[in-house]
Amino acid sequence: MPHSAPPPDTPRRAFWRGFRAGAPFLLVVIPFGMLFGVVATEAGLDLAQTMGMTVAVIAGAAQFAAVALMVEDAPVLIVLVTALAVNLRMAMYSAALAPWLGAAPLWQRALAAYFMVDQAYAVSHAEYERAPRLPIAARVAYYFGAVTPVCGPWYLATWAGAVAGAAIPPAFALDFAVPVAFLALVAPMLRSAAHVAAAGVSVVLALALAFLPYNLGLLIAAAAAMIAGAQVERWQEARAA
Amino acid sequence: MSYSDLTIWAIIVALGLGTWGLRFSFLGLIGSRAMPEWLLRHLRYTAVAVLPGLVAPLVVWPQATGGTLDPPRLAAALATVGIGLISRNMLAAIAGGMGTLYALQALTG
Repeated sequence: MPHSAPPPDTPRRAFWRGFRAGAPFLLVVIPFGMLFGVVATEAGLDLAQTMGMTVAVIAGAAQFAAVALMVEDAPVLIVLVTALAVNLRMAMYSAALAPWLGAAPLWQRALAAYFMVDQAYAVSHAEYERAPRLPIAARVAYYFGAVTPVCGPWYLATWAGAVAGAAIPPAFALDFAVPVAFLALVAPMLRSAAHVAAAGVSVVLALALAFLPYNLGLLIAAAAAMIAGAQVERWQEARAA
Repeated sequence: MSYSDLTIWAIIVALGLGTWGLRFSFLGLIGSRAMPEWLLRHLRYTAVAVLPGLVAPLVVWPQATGGTLDPPRLAAALATVGIGLISRNMLAAIAGGMGTLYALQALTG
């Protein structure tokens, strides 16, 4: 059977395919966004600050990390370094997407960078590898289609959580919602021995070094944990080879 | 939290710009040149390197109990990790963890 030419893929069609691929993440984005709104207002941010952070940063884990440290009145530099460290993975997404989106106009790349959340990367990168001949305009359209059902609802859910937060009684132990949300975020990431090793080193050193001032213990623990993860990965590759 | 409003806004703006910078880095400036393998190898582990260390003291020395170990909270944390590992589902893990906490708090009064 001869290979038939792939059907023409207009940007509009690519947008909606991306939209459908991103839509299931609503189930995660809405509760997680609401939780951030609740936690940020409980921590003492007003509505404008809560929304400002959600719109400016648009990265749930880093936002939770920043608020968790701000509650402890950590030094500003520590808040920034820690939250940005949580977002270092986005440089990896940026590198992974660059070969596929690098030919797009600068303003589109700048906008794509703003919306580069975990889900956008995961869905788009998989699509580009599946359909490597997609024209650049369709790739860009697919990307923005995928982020549409993720990022818009993220803002709205944060707002809803921030407004509702004050009405939630203390019996719901929301103080512990942040640790639980972090653990729930991390547990599914523990896919390999290297990930488990990194997480283990991070926990042990963060507790052991908690006496250090300015939350420096966490930064040392995180650096050591990244090295541990990378080393275990190398050992596993060497053994498999 | 005892920062001034100005400080809070400065944190928000700096975090926003810094995060955008990380996202734009390779896509915007460096183009499609490949990142060195050793760097990618470390970046893969940033999330699992930072978040567990951030959360561990909150679990072991919770704010709500003035920093003393609280068995219901510890059990809730372990339940969250266990359910997250098995189900690979973040929402199931949150529901299971908070459910465990509420159940144990109800039981222990």
